[in-house]
Amino acid sequence: MSEPKPFPGAGPGIVAVNLGLPSFADSLAAQGGSSLHIEWQPAAGGDPTLLALLDRLHRPGGELGERQRRIEAANEEAITRLVTAQSLLQDIRPAREVVPGLTETTILHAGPPIAWERMCGPMQGAIAGALIYEGQARTPAEAFDLAASGRIHFDSCHHHRMVGPMAGVVSPSMPVFVLHNPTHGNTAYCTLNEGLGKVLRFGAYDDEVIARLRWLETFLAPALAKAIRLAGGINVKALIAQALQMGDELHNRNVAGTSLFLRTIFPSLLDSDLSKQQVREVVDFISSNNHFFLNLSMPTGKLAADTILGLPDCTLMAAMARNGVELGIRVAGLGERWFTAPAGQPQGLYFGGYSAADANRDLGDSTICETAGFGGAAMACAPAIVKFTGGQASQATAITREMYEISYARHRDYQIPAFDFSGTPVGVDIRKVVERSSPPFINTGIAHKQAGIGQVGAGLLRAPLAAFQEALRAFGELG
Amino acid sequence: MFLRTLIVPDRYLDSVLLMGLAARLRGLAGVADASAVMGTEANRALLAETGLLDETATAAAPGDVIVSLQLAEPTQLPAAQAALEAMLAELTRTDAGSGGGAGDAATPPRTLEEALRQRPDASVAVISLPGGYVAREARRALELGLHPFIFSDNVPLADEVALKALGRERGLLVMGPDCGTAILNGLALGFANRVARGPVGIIGASGTGIQELSCLLHRQGIGIHQAIGVGGRDLSAAVGGSSMLQALAILEADPACLVIVLVSKPPHPEVAQAVLDRAAACAKPCVICFLGGDPGQAAQRNLPFARRLDLAAAMTRAVLAGEDPLTVADAPLPPARQAQATTLAADLGAGRRFVRGLFSGGTLGKEALLVLRESLPTYRTNLEEEGPRALVGDDRPTDHLILDLGDDRYTRGRPHPMIDFGLRCQRLQQELADPSCAVLLLDVVLGYGAHPDPAGELATAVAGRLQPGGPVLLACVVGTENDPQPRPDQVRRLTAAGFQVLDTNVEAARMAAAILVELQRRNQP
Repeated sequence: MSEPKPFPGAGPGIVAVNLGLPSFADSLAAQGGSSLHIEWQPAAGGDPTLLALLDRLHRPGGELGERQRRIEAANEEAITRLVTAQSLLQDIRPAREVVPGLTETTILHAGPPIAWERMCGPMQGAIAGALIYEGQARTPAEAFDLAASGRIHFDSCHHHRMVGPMAGVVSPSMPVFVLHNPTHGNTAYCTLNEGLGKVLRFGAYDDEVIARLRWLETFLAPALAKAIRLAGGINVKALIAQALQMGDELHNRNVAGTSLFLRTIFPSLLDSDLSKQQVREVVDFISSNNHFFLNLSMPTGKLAADTILGLPDCTLMAAMARNGVELGIRVAGLGERWFTAPAGQPQGLYFGGYSAADANRDLGDSTICETAGFGGAAMACAPAIVKFTGGQASQATAITREMYEISYARHRDYQIPAFDFSGTPVGVDIRKVVERSSPPFINTGIAHKQAGIGQVGAGLLRAPLAAFQEALRAFGELG
Repeated sequence: MFLRTLIVPDRYLDSVLLMGLAARLRGLAGVADASAVMGTEANRALLAETGLLDETATAAAPGDVIVSLQLAEPTQLPAAQAALEAMLAELTRTDAGSGGGAGDAATPPRTLEEALRQRPDASVAVISLPGGYVAREARRALELGLHPFIFSDNVPLADEVALKALGRERGLLVMGPDCGTAILNGLALGFANRVARGPVGIIGASGTGIQELSCLLHRQGIGIHQAIGVGGRDLSAAVGGSSMLQALAILEADPACLVIVLVSKPPHPEVAQAVLDRAAACAKPCVICFLGGDPGQAAQRNLPFARRLDLAAAMTRAVLAGEDPLTVADAPLPPARQAQATTLAADLGAGRRFVRGLFSGGTLGKEALLVLRESLPTYRTNLEEEGPRALVGDDRPTDHLILDLGDDRYTRGRPHPMIDFGLRCQRLQQELADPSCAVLLLDVVLGYGAHPDPAGELATAVAGRLQPGGPVLLACVVGTENDPQPRPDQVRRLTAAGFQVLDTNVEAARMAAAILVELQRRNQP
């Protein structure tokens, strides 16, 4: 427990904290005292069951019971794992060769598991595109029929050491980045970013989209893989740490990360047996897509988050992902179970001709960033992003400050220049989220709700609180 | 009339702010009535009673605000909603108070831990949340090492007992619940006055008792070292005087405190014994003021005992002057005041015979009753819970009346009468119109927490309603020249409005009694 303060009288004046009527804080200040007013909300929204649970599992300053002692120890261990996880990009390989459990009739998607009939438009569109790309269907109509036939097995990327942005659709022929964490020995995979505009991850599936997927498979992946192997692998985590200090938060802004990646790979591209024209094509593609690096930052988050999944007694979030209908979280101490709630609608800026009426619900595995200590948590690094919500730079710092309040620790390696190089908030603690009714902020792109149209904007939202409340209840059932 | 309900999700607002919000909504064109409450089960039950609970309100969560509107036309809803949103935006504080500046201070804290991270030097947690939320926060304050000052009432007794046990164990003082007043290191907490610093330590279970005593001492040139409120139930059998005993030890060990005054209504007998034993063993001189209580137990222990606040002030002065406090005598009404009473009684119209006391401070009402009781053959009051004089049902009896308007019956759903003068002014006007009313007796409490201009409210209420031969208006004003509403200014304006302002509460009650005696004399053949 915290050291008891001496009763006022030992010194001049008093310093108080104020819960309730703001006028009591004001009148103390008017007399020359100090009073910090608390913007108090009923803890856990006043829900008696959750309050009773929190009183058992979360007593900051209080005397720790046996259960809470185990929780704090597990969370400390989890933070160590999250911040010491490394991320080395080793190779690019066809998904069927490396991704566990990916059969020829399996298609992976973003978010928690969902049946074909319940999938949102962009996800169905992306799946149709993948079936055409794989040669399993010749036309969109055939593809939709096949997807609905029950002959295709759908599963979450997260169940296969993968993460995918937006629809997150992965089929066996797609090339994937192979990233390794030597500290804990785990591996993660992610597809190559297709670029902007009409792309599969936003649900587009016309000929142009399919042609680009083939180009990625037959040209870009082998070319880039040569350079990566020549370079002896690339330390992606180090690039993330640098990019955070250059104005990226690495979920919705990846311009610094993409530039750093290109700078790092460039010499190896030149040293390879690629022709000048081929190097030119690789460089043109990467440098014309500010989000190229997202498909490296995301699996880096996955590498870290997977190290805590299944850690007993740990109350920290181990995954957060959306399938466009629901957002699901996994909690380290609760293993592989997903806790879901309806996905939110981002507030944001739209491309010309589009509005909120066109927007799909929140979508994609990219919230692995927020799980691992960047993305929305690192907003203070990327003030440029708040333009998406018409906000001011101070809004970016306010968001990160709030994320500190629901996180267990500050990251050792990911730092925020504007906060005197304090670490980013890391380890979202479901107890704190529920207690202060303050779910994580998410930065995200916005997909059109109809299949085939693509990205219509970008914005900001919060994860639904209900998923965290549900997880906490489940935690309580463990004793 | 059309009932429409708006829900403000996940937004906690204090009931005082909500009532202010409702009042402003009622002022909108087309809004016949409005209420704004948190969506707790109790509040929803209240709404059901008043026919305001529709489906929307039924579905509200405890953390939501329910705004119920009675509209002349349903089309007025969008305008009312826009007005509500504008008001809510106004209520959001953007500054972090005087505590801002350090570290991550730009974000207003939402919990005690967050606040302590910004102000690790804080030692007191001031808590004025609704009663049901208090126990959890107060317990956390204790765990975090803070002394809680709990203004809230309606905290379950079992919670108070548990909190005080934890406080004792941790060496932290729990002030309250239902603690209206404290003055710590010269600074007022809750409802309190700006008094000079000096050698006196006050420990009180009554907020207005502490206020009147500290102001009486201040006006005699005697300052307060600390005034510690312990809450209205501290000296009950269940709580056992826990905080008063702890506070005694704190002040005993404080070299700047030279005399300690204990203020309470008469405690439970066993608790009184424990408190008096501890006071008798105290290294500092103690003055006991158990309002209207029996001096016997204190006398056995050679402790000076005052049955009223004015006597407690006089005894404290005597102790500090090196005189024997036991020689303090109860002074009668000064001759000039006696003469004034005679004149005022002579001017009263025929048939005027009753005194009506309209008090905002329960302790002040009780003290007035102690004085008046000797002169009143019969009376009615809500300050006595049982017996023939207890007020049940009709609160406008054809009799003398001492009414505590701070009673639960009058504060349910509205702010305390020290803040909101609406009910008191209404009663005042009713009594002014009553041909049997001879004397109106009021307390006017100034200081932090109180209404910013009580004199203005009362002057407006009586303006144009004072007739020749009408009731005499008597008031005592509890406050100092340093209060946000300076006492001399309030006294001047009350006098100009037609009030007779007396120096103390007891003197005002004595004046009322003297006028009654004069009336009885006049009516005798």
